[in-house]
Amino acid sequence: MTLAPTPGQTVGPFFHGGLPYDGDRDLVPPGSAGAVLLHGRVLDGAGEPIPDALVEIWQPRPDGSVPQEPGSIRRDGWTFTGFGRASTGRDGRYAFSTLAPGATEPGRPAFWAVTVFARGLLDRMFTRAYLPGPDVDTDPFLVSLPARRRRTLLAAADARGYRFDVRLQGEGETVFLRFAGK
Amino acid sequence: MSNARVPGLEPQSAISAEIATIATAAAHTGGDAARPRLDYPPYRSCRLRHPTKDLHHADPETIERSAPCFGEWDVDPLEADLTIGHAGEPLGERITVTGRVVDGGGRPVRRQLVEIWQANAGGRYAHKRDQHPAPLDPNFTGAGRCLTDDDGHYRFTTVKPGPYPWRNHHNAWRPAHIHFSLFGTDFTQRLVTQMYFPGDPLFALDPIYQAITDPKARERLVATYDHDLTTPEWATGYRWDIVLTGSTPTYFEPEGADL
Repeated sequence: MTLAPTPGQTVGPFFHGGLPYDGDRDLVPPGSAGAVLLHGRVLDGAGEPIPDALVEIWQPRPDGSVPQEPGSIRRDGWTFTGFGRASTGRDGRYAFSTLAPGATEPGRPAFWAVTVFARGLLDRMFTRAYLPGPDVDTDPFLVSLPARRRRTLLAAADARGYRFDVRLQGEGETVFLRFAGK
Repeated sequence: MSNARVPGLEPQSAISAEIATIATAAAHTGGDAARPRLDYPPYRSCRLRHPTKDLHHADPETIERSAPCFGEWDVDPLEADLTIGHAGEPLGERITVTGRVVDGGGRPVRRQLVEIWQANAGGRYAHKRDQHPAPLDPNFTGAGRCLTDDDGHYRFTTVKPGPYPWRNHHNAWRPAHIHFSLFGTDFTQRLVTQMYFPGDPLFALDPIYQAITDPKARERLVATYDHDLTTPEWATGYRWDIVLTGSTPTYFEPEGADL
């Protein structure tokens, strides 16, 4: 039995009343032990920042284990739930305080699973922000992409953590994913 | 109010003609018409915001075969009632909206988060960017959340939102809708969508609803009026079930399997 899926629709311009919540972008308290900043901008086809986008991340712990604990909406400051949500500012920037994800299987590159929503974007987009490292050069999925496109999935290390820009269209358009089974 | 056209905005007839042209072409070409087209020119805001490259096939990895976990620590049952929490009762038609969240195999999505947001009965969002000169309602914020129960059911009490004008084109009005945000058992089932009300005269005119070119697929976004759900002297009832497929295996699980 396969039921027909419920189609998606754009998140629209007014999601700020419904989706953001206090602490949504802070998976760990900023500045706490092991905390990294995952940040970047969401850009349109003209390279302009998108001020009404929403980015969500879902990730393993640094040891590669998958959190299955509540507490993403009401953060207690101690429980790492692996889920975060950040709306973009007027400059198109989003930012998370989180931990670096670990590899869920030995030898596989670690990544943040990322979902992107925006006014003007009719359905949610899935992508991945990979941690830089040697494993990205041997990963079967990543090597299946042309080098120019692969780069759009690689987060860049910086002084406080990692930078990952999302380009919805045009030069350097981010690779978005369609998962098997859809 | 004047009906003079705002400079630079096209008439509904131009948008409707584009919608009709795309619908005719889609009926012949097929494809994945069950999801909204990302490049749908009648929805003007998508012009620079739709990816132009094909989505890249990926097998879900371990993290994508799981989903965030929410619990009673996160969500107060009172958050499912959008009509409370203020000094008085909101204006408008009180409604109950309920349904079941299942995966493509019909299995309930249990104890998972459902979030909604909507305009008030006058068609106004409590949002600084909404300049529609309809009244704000001091007794209605328009956001709620709940967890599905062990059988996948969710239930909200709210008021019926009004249609509202927007600047996609001249005299553009959105059909009344409630925004829904859903999580499944897998990350790949994440869904944000809109629930509509049966018989809305604005359906044919709306480029967001019509961006799903398969009529049967977009009708899956329309709730059903359910008189058995209507509460005497209190609220009318609407039922809307949600199917999250994502990468869930589509094979049939044997009866009685421990799911």
